[in-house]
Amino acid sequence: MQDFGESFRLAFALVLSADGDLIEIIGLSLRVSLSAMLISCAIGLPLGASVAISRFPGRSAVMVLLNALMGLPPVVVGLLVYLMLSNAGPFGWLQILYSPAAMIIAQSILITPIIAALSRQVIEDLHNEYAEQFRSLCVPSHVAIGALLWDARYSLLTVALAGFGRAVAEVGAVIIVGGNINHLTRVMTTAIALETSKGDLALALALGLVLMIIALCVNGAVMTLRSTAVKYAYA
Amino acid sequence: MLEATVNLTGQSVADTGRTADVLPVDISDLVFEAGGKRLIDGLTLQLAAGPRTIIMGPNGAGKSLLLRLLHGMIAPTSGDIRWCGMPLSEDIRKRQAMVFQSPVLLRRSVAANVDFVLKLRGKDSATRRLEILDHVGLSGHADQAARLLSGGEQQRLALARALALDPEVLFLDEPTVSLDPASVQMIEDIIQAAHRRGTKIIFVTHDIGQAKRLADEIVFVHRGRVLEQTPASRFFDAPDSEQARDYLAGRIIL
Repeated sequence: MQDFGESFRLAFALVLSADGDLIEIIGLSLRVSLSAMLISCAIGLPLGASVAISRFPGRSAVMVLLNALMGLPPVVVGLLVYLMLSNAGPFGWLQILYSPAAMIIAQSILITPIIAALSRQVIEDLHNEYAEQFRSLCVPSHVAIGALLWDARYSLLTVALAGFGRAVAEVGAVIIVGGNINHLTRVMTTAIALETSKGDLALALALGLVLMIIALCVNGAVMTLRSTAVKYAYA
Repeated sequence: MLEATVNLTGQSVADTGRTADVLPVDISDLVFEAGGKRLIDGLTLQLAAGPRTIIMGPNGAGKSLLLRLLHGMIAPTSGDIRWCGMPLSEDIRKRQAMVFQSPVLLRRSVAANVDFVLKLRGKDSATRRLEILDHVGLSGHADQAARLLSGGEQQRLALARALALDPEVLFLDEPTVSLDPASVQMIEDIIQAAHRRGTKIIFVTHDIGQAKRLADEIVFVHRGRVLEQTPASRFFDAPDSEQARDYLAGRIIL
């Protein structure tokens, strides 16, 4: 067990020297979570928009379900994906358990409901504004969905990054389906968990620092973008 | 200040001399109820192609509701609306356009707002967009964000968007409320140009001066019914109904 001061000093040294292992772990984390974010957006945004503009029986039930799924425990998602992808599971033939692909799938499942539920809210607000005009113009619903997604793009970016934040910070799902294998499926959160339990606080702290810096940068980028959008009245 | 001129001839925007063959519209025994209240109460009216129709009446008379029912934005509780004998269909709705009291513009540039409707009707072309923006005096603002325009400019853009559809019937629901006189003048000029091209104008207003400038005929609505449909030349001097007389005289009618 190193003392705290020493750990921080080592952590900064690791970050500043761009340590090879550290970079590899950060790279994989970003690759997995950004891929999961893109997949979730591809599914969640049209889903959220469709629920936002359509009126059908059971709509409230769908909304309650989406909202409830936002709170999916990552370990449960990890377990379910594990069961699906293990050799005995229905998708065992894919042979992707303990690979980045499995981690991307698990994180996508985890954050798709977040993206769908949050975008539903954003799109519905904008739709309330546009609905009468769209009705007057006889805008078909697929065109309306496209227009709403486009015009709400700055708000939706925040939604996407909320999903990314959730994905990059979770540990339960990726550790179960990825297995935290060095140089293969080790990401920031699983490495932090492992290094902390091993007592190597320096690497854990360094990764923790990077994780927080990423979170700060992402939020800063979102704020800048949104204020630009507001300034030009596109949001 | 008029910062742009309106192309009054409007020749470039649409074909001239077109007849509005969705008209006349026959409205019979129209009833609309909401929240247990009968807001349109057995309204019967016929509007022919040609004359500019101004719908007047006190607040809550059902003027805006009548426009919305005609445009198919809401469905009547009972009664019948027939456009040239046909019930309202998507095809007929596409030949109508509506300008609302407060314009709802897309969060995009001025040009993109026009492009959106042009594309919607498969008439996407930069030339046509330019013509339309020029027609409403907004060609200099094409790349600006629509929501940064002034109130008058926003309403002219809404009008441009409606006219881009080349409608046979143009509904206007108090489009110049809260605009300054110069903006009102520009919007009225655009509406007059559309009228000359054969577009049927159905215009709701509270502004008696505006009604005098624009109207060929006045439909006076009170408590969800048509009290009178009178040529404008007669309405302002000698309206048929007592309520219209009171309304014109500035007395509060109940």
